[in-house]
Amino acid sequence: MENDILIRISGVSKAFDGETVLDHVSLDIHDKEFVTLLGPSGCGKTTTLRIIGGFETPDTGDVFFDGKKINDVPPYERLVNTVFQKYALFPHLNVYENVAFGLRLKKTPEAEIRKKVQEMLAMVNLKGFERRRVTTLSGGQQQRVAIARALVNHPRVLLLDEPLGALDLKLRKDMQNELKRIQRETGITFIYVTHDQEEALSMSDTVVVMANGQIQQIGSPEDIYNEPKNAFVADFIGESNILDGVMLEDYKVKFSNHTFVCVDKGFAKNEKVDIVVRPEDVDVVAIDKGMITGTVTSVTFKGDYYEIIVDVGGFKWMLETSDHVAPETTIGLFIEPEAIHVMKKSEYSGMFGDYSSFSDELEHLGDPEEEVEE
Amino acid sequence: MRKTSLFQKIAAAPHILWAILFIVAPMIFVLYFAFTDAEGKFALANIASLSQYGNVFVLSIAFALIATAICLVIGYPLAYFMSRQSPRAQKILMVLVMLPMWCNLLIRTYALMALLDNGGLLNALLEKLGLHKVSIVGTNFGVILGMVYDFLPYMVLPIFTAMTKLDKRYIEASHDLGCNGWQTMTRVIMPLTVSGVISGITMVFVPSISTFYISQKLGAGKIDLVGDTIERLFQNPSTYNVGAAISLVMMLLIIISVRIMNHFSDDERESGHGKSGKGGGIVP
Repeated sequence: MENDILIRISGVSKAFDGETVLDHVSLDIHDKEFVTLLGPSGCGKTTTLRIIGGFETPDTGDVFFDGKKINDVPPYERLVNTVFQKYALFPHLNVYENVAFGLRLKKTPEAEIRKKVQEMLAMVNLKGFERRRVTTLSGGQQQRVAIARALVNHPRVLLLDEPLGALDLKLRKDMQNELKRIQRETGITFIYVTHDQEEALSMSDTVVVMANGQIQQIGSPEDIYNEPKNAFVADFIGESNILDGVMLEDYKVKFSNHTFVCVDKGFAKNEKVDIVVRPEDVDVVAIDKGMITGTVTSVTFKGDYYEIIVDVGGFKWMLETSDHVAPETTIGLFIEPEAIHVMKKSEYSGMFGDYSSFSDELEHLGDPEEEVEE
Repeated sequence: MRKTSLFQKIAAAPHILWAILFIVAPMIFVLYFAFTDAEGKFALANIASLSQYGNVFVLSIAFALIATAICLVIGYPLAYFMSRQSPRAQKILMVLVMLPMWCNLLIRTYALMALLDNGGLLNALLEKLGLHKVSIVGTNFGVILGMVYDFLPYMVLPIFTAMTKLDKRYIEASHDLGCNGWQTMTRVIMPLTVSGVISGITMVFVPSISTFYISQKLGAGKIDLVGDTIERLFQNPSTYNVGAAISLVMMLLIIISVRIMNHFSDDERESGHGKSGKGGGIVP
């Protein structure tokens, strides 16, 4: 595996006006991989992408491409192309000329340009749009032109900076599938930046979770979801109940005043830990069958399941269940050993409370979609 | 288009009145004088006599074109340079470019003359240094220099505005797709700032072609442009009619050149639906 590393970022730091944006980031990206840099606004994901693209130079640390150091190589000499956040299609050129832009610079023969541009436009389902002005296209169409314009140059790596951020939900889902298909067909390495965890999980081979200029975790979507390394990752990816616990001994952890059997080991005796339990991993059972009990405080119908908030000794859990439970009833909770994930305490411990103030609206308001990261 | 309300009509009234008094009425007078003789009877003699002023027209157009070209060559890189500076530096440079415009055109021209005259500062300095005097005032070069000096800000400002409005992402995209600095300039920055260039050319060419003061002062009376001819003809009531005929041709020339300019910027602005509308040109 070691020799198919295409890009190596090694100890890279970057500050803007004295404010640290990247803090000793190291990352290996393999050839033909679909890597997603995931994190909230201001976490440094876009800066990482811009350093790979050559639009920023690292203050410290090195960037290697195919084993060669490229810190000071300008963007136009890198085998990398970018799909920009708001596409940045050239408004003075039509669709055809936008896509042909890179080929013309390489003095490609006209016949070859025509062939390649047609191929690309067919690949992004924009046949027949050659003569259209880019300003007359919809967001989704502009998106496709931007992808075609980048891919026609056959880059080794395609950088995508929140490319679907400006599209509506339905279109976004379609484009996700299409991007995945294009990546498979072309075998080009994709580095994708997003703050949308769902997008990251469904598209990527590898997810890199970032926060505060540091990488929190690198792993497959399954790893990131099932084995979050710290409270930040657990909270950012999907819904999670994050509790304080004590590791009594190997395979035995105590939280919510109950000692649970778990599958984790290797902690010190009585070490304080963070516990993650996903809402869908808790079974709602009768009171006498439950390991712990709680009172249902709210029930929300979500279509294929109910999302319920349960008060267990003052800590509000979120659970997902397919059976209807009436509010104000007391229920038992049953948690399998595999459903309990134990994490070491980190700087993020205690930052994410329970679901007592949870509401979908607040979640939505907190969405950093509109913010542009610098 | 919404219908204009009574309020909007009232709000526009002063301007309409102004336009009628000072724009439409003089034009009607120009037309009237151009096509009448000294007794006020219809005549085409004035138009017919224009042929003797052919040289003056050619010279004026040539001077205006050269001055505009020089302004463009100096102004475009200057505007580009300014747009690349920090916002603070941009403000300072902007003031420096604008500063001469705070001073009356005539005074500026006079000052330039005082600097360049045979007994002026420049020549006094050259003499002190034991060098040859240069005669600039009274030459073609002097007049063109005056035009460039007076009208350069009108070239720089619209181009600078277009440059600052240019989204930096286009420049990054061009680098990303393989453009080096020069290619980015010719393939992206220049095409996307055409509108500023068009405005600049129009704003320099039009006053250059109609100027009379610059050519009088810096030409030392030796160089006769259309503006000078018109001024001279209007100083004697008996030649009003010929003067008006030249003015008329002048106006047509300007309208045609502005039209041509607008055509270029329309091409750039129009989207693929063919030619609809005429954009925000200066000429209706």
